[in-house]
Amino acid sequence: MRREEDISGKLDWYSIGLYLALITMGWINIYAAVYFDGLSLFDLSYNPGKQLMFIVVSGILILGIIIIDMRFYEAFAYLIYGVALFLLLMVPLIGKEVGGNKNWLGIGMFGIQPSEFAKVATALAIAKFIGTVGFRMDNMRSQLSVFALMCAPIALIFLQKDFGTAMVFASFLVVFYREGMSPFLIIVGFCSAIIFILTLLVSNQIYLHIGVAVVLVTVIFFGKRKLKRIVLLTAGAVMLSLVIESVDYVINNVLPQHHQNRLKALINPDSDPLGFGWNVTQSKIAIGSGGFFGKGFLEGTQTKFDFVPEQSTDFIFCTIGEEWGWVGSLMVIGLFVALLLRIIFIAERQKNRFARAYGYGVASIFFFHFAVNIAMTVGLFPVIGIPLPFFSYGGSSLLAFTILLFVLLKLDAHRSQVLQRI
Amino acid sequence: MNEGRKEIIQVIIVLVGFIFLVKLFTIQVLSNKYADLANSNAVLPQVEYPFRGLIKDRNGKLIVYNTPEYDIDVILSEVKNFDSTRFCDVFQISREELRKKFKEMKARKEYSRFKPTLFIDQLSNEDFARVQDHLDEFTGFYIQARTTRSYTVPSLANALGYVSEISKNRLEKDKSGIYKQGDYIGQSGIEAFYEEQLRGKRGMRFKLRNVKGIEKGSFNNGAYDTLSVPGQDLITGIDLDLQRYAEYLMNGKAGSIVAIEPSSGEILSLVSGPTYDPNLLSGKNYSSNFVQISTDSLKPLFNRPLMAQYRPGSIFKIAQAMTALQEGVITPETRIRCDRSIINCHGPHSNEDLRGAIANSCNPYFHGVLRRMLNKGKVNDPFKDTRIGLEEWDKHIKSFGFGSRLGIDLPNEKGGLVPSPALYDRLYGGRPWKFSNIYSIAIGEGENLVVPIQMANFAATIANRGFYYIPHLVKGIGKDGKPMAKYSEKHYTTIDPQYFEVAVDAMQAVVDGGTATYRAKLKDIVVCGKTGTVQNKPLPDHAVFIAFAPRDNPKIAISVYVEDAGAGGRAAASIASLMIEKYLLGQTNRPMIEEYVLKGKFLN
Repeated sequence: MRREEDISGKLDWYSIGLYLALITMGWINIYAAVYFDGLSLFDLSYNPGKQLMFIVVSGILILGIIIIDMRFYEAFAYLIYGVALFLLLMVPLIGKEVGGNKNWLGIGMFGIQPSEFAKVATALAIAKFIGTVGFRMDNMRSQLSVFALMCAPIALIFLQKDFGTAMVFASFLVVFYREGMSPFLIIVGFCSAIIFILTLLVSNQIYLHIGVAVVLVTVIFFGKRKLKRIVLLTAGAVMLSLVIESVDYVINNVLPQHHQNRLKALINPDSDPLGFGWNVTQSKIAIGSGGFFGKGFLEGTQTKFDFVPEQSTDFIFCTIGEEWGWVGSLMVIGLFVALLLRIIFIAERQKNRFARAYGYGVASIFFFHFAVNIAMTVGLFPVIGIPLPFFSYGGSSLLAFTILLFVLLKLDAHRSQVLQRI
Repeated sequence: MNEGRKEIIQVIIVLVGFIFLVKLFTIQVLSNKYADLANSNAVLPQVEYPFRGLIKDRNGKLIVYNTPEYDIDVILSEVKNFDSTRFCDVFQISREELRKKFKEMKARKEYSRFKPTLFIDQLSNEDFARVQDHLDEFTGFYIQARTTRSYTVPSLANALGYVSEISKNRLEKDKSGIYKQGDYIGQSGIEAFYEEQLRGKRGMRFKLRNVKGIEKGSFNNGAYDTLSVPGQDLITGIDLDLQRYAEYLMNGKAGSIVAIEPSSGEILSLVSGPTYDPNLLSGKNYSSNFVQISTDSLKPLFNRPLMAQYRPGSIFKIAQAMTALQEGVITPETRIRCDRSIINCHGPHSNEDLRGAIANSCNPYFHGVLRRMLNKGKVNDPFKDTRIGLEEWDKHIKSFGFGSRLGIDLPNEKGGLVPSPALYDRLYGGRPWKFSNIYSIAIGEGENLVVPIQMANFAATIANRGFYYIPHLVKGIGKDGKPMAKYSEKHYTTIDPQYFEVAVDAMQAVVDGGTATYRAKLKDIVVCGKTGTVQNKPLPDHAVFIAFAPRDNPKIAISVYVEDAGAGGRAAASIASLMIEKYLLGQTNRPMIEEYVLKGKFLN
């Protein structure tokens, strides 16, 4: 049987190497983050020991993923997606609350976060839809369908009030872009985010409206003066103006208090260093005090005195920055960039659109987590509780990231067996 | 059509990585600001516990105050070279206890290796003095000062209540976010009822420490520090001398004494017997003492004046009489023969008017009164007629404050019970009932249930000739010195004032020549009272006495309830009259009566 053949030679060992390097560093840094005299790396009652357990479970999962027939992932993509949505729906009903967000489902003594696994399910479902014969990204109907696939989990996770994780799903826009969607939407979305933050910084919104108008006129004047383009640009500008107007409303009426505080802390962390600015200030102090070479393994002081909150989860990068300095940061960022570029390389060498779109989905999710997590720890982005892949402590996220990556590697190992239908 | 998109995405990824490295380079390598901050960074928040409000008596005498007490906190991550033998020596604890302390500490919800966690609580002043000089031998251990409750006299335990560490259960339910584990909270009595006023507001000081744990002054020159705000003081209406005397008289008895100033509703003394020393439930030995007190077979934690629901007995005849007068079914001159065939009676009398019937507590008289009340003959059916009569009766009786909680400023007050048609429907399971089924309520037996505070309030209502203020302990809160608003409202009964004069006359006759003549009569003060003897088979009867004095412009109204003490004219009337004497004259001049009371021991 062909399925029984040894595929280890066809697995992408570059990616596996990067993966192993990242989880190992993650595990060691979790140990450093919670370290105290006499703590063992293997003590199952503390985070490092538990993380090791999750790593072992990941290993078993990887074996499973590789053994399962590669056609399974495409064939059952929608079913998996359906199950994920169902679990998300159950969370607000029977879930439990951890740290202000209700996003856990308890199963016996274990708790899982369905929102983490929904990332895998959504990536598969979107890839499958994009891979269907006759799909065209510039077709309005197709476009609406993939958007619906993306937005369903977002809506359900919004119900759990876990806005950070909900935002992650927006990263699938990168996949749509790669598959031919007009960049217009991404540009408007990006501009909206910039405007959103500018609105927080500028007290009088009139200046922002004037700014938008000036940019609009300049762009129309210097570009091709076609009617369609002018209408599109004007529509975009009106949208931006609406964003400006709605920011105030959104901040004060829609966002829950702890998100409001995080936004305010981004703009002026010194306004209340003991209150909502605490996380960002402490995180920057920890990283900043690391210097060029760092304070050395287990020698960090800031991350050990509970100054940095959630130090083994969302703020794990503080430990890296403090103990390994800029050199260590360079290494971690370098590994991530290398992995991301490798995933895109793998995606591009796929022979069918399903696998390629899935590859881009994996890359987008990793990229979003990587970018937003590090940006928030160094104070470039509001504090949004999303983990740094492979580093942050947590079973659900580690398993989900592992599944994401290894399903791609499995598909990649069989890429020569599939019929070309790009 | 999608050429170049892959490259754009790749460029963005590299660009983001590059931006991060540049940003990191500026904060890690180029700027010293963060490294400096890190050295002085350690901001250590320190809680400053507020003083709990004081509690005073009506003359400004202190009842409850605070004494300093010291907790030892530990930051486990700072503990180095810990010498446990030396520690045990200094703190005078055994190795077993030390091990237990560590275990308890780690079980706390807020436990962290890096934050101060409570290790030993409530060191006394003496212990603290001994330990203080040696504390520097143990790195990582700190002193946290706070206060504990102390009492000037071992009195008033149930009214004051006690303060202790907030329970886990309570903490989870608390949505205000005010309390943290290890905080103290009023658990019963005034301490619980006025918790909000008494507790004050905690302060917070932010101290800077360097990474070695050495203090470097206050963070940002104290800009973020908040001072603790002490709780508000409470002035009670309690007369501490009278209270102590009352407890002295109640020694060896189960029951209650409630004395009220009728013109204000302020409680002058509130005794629940048997009682305990409030100092036992404060400070270091709280746990073991609490177990002992709460498992005592005499139930000293049961606050009888509020929680014990008794049948009122003959004192109820006063309410009965006024209700009948108001309904016009009798006049003060109405005579009813003492026919002892249905209800038995006592003493030599045969055909009294209302005043004589009250003075001699004639049972058949009030059986007859209630018959007239309930069976007015409004309809022919005796069942329906009783129902109509009982409804009217019920309304009047409830207007005296019986049958529902008065609303005193203490927790766990009970309301007692006044029978209504609905109650009898339930008791008889839908079968019909009429006067002959329920007549025992005529003399305060049967289904009636009254708590002692309602009895005293009833005496105060008669003293006021028709209205009462809700009895309350606290007459002044904090600086503006006012009680809660609801305690300055008059509550009127449904009885006209002229009928109260009839009741007052009769109550004077009880003391001057009736069932309470010998023990309750005072030389220069006109006392009005009523005895009650409540059946408690097979045990001895409960003794009840309500009274107020002087007759004109009354200064004190009182109810005394002594369990298992026999006729109301004896122990209960003696105690009440001694209390009146003590309060109005400042001393008692009847050593024989006092001796009689002190000798009486009715605990079983």
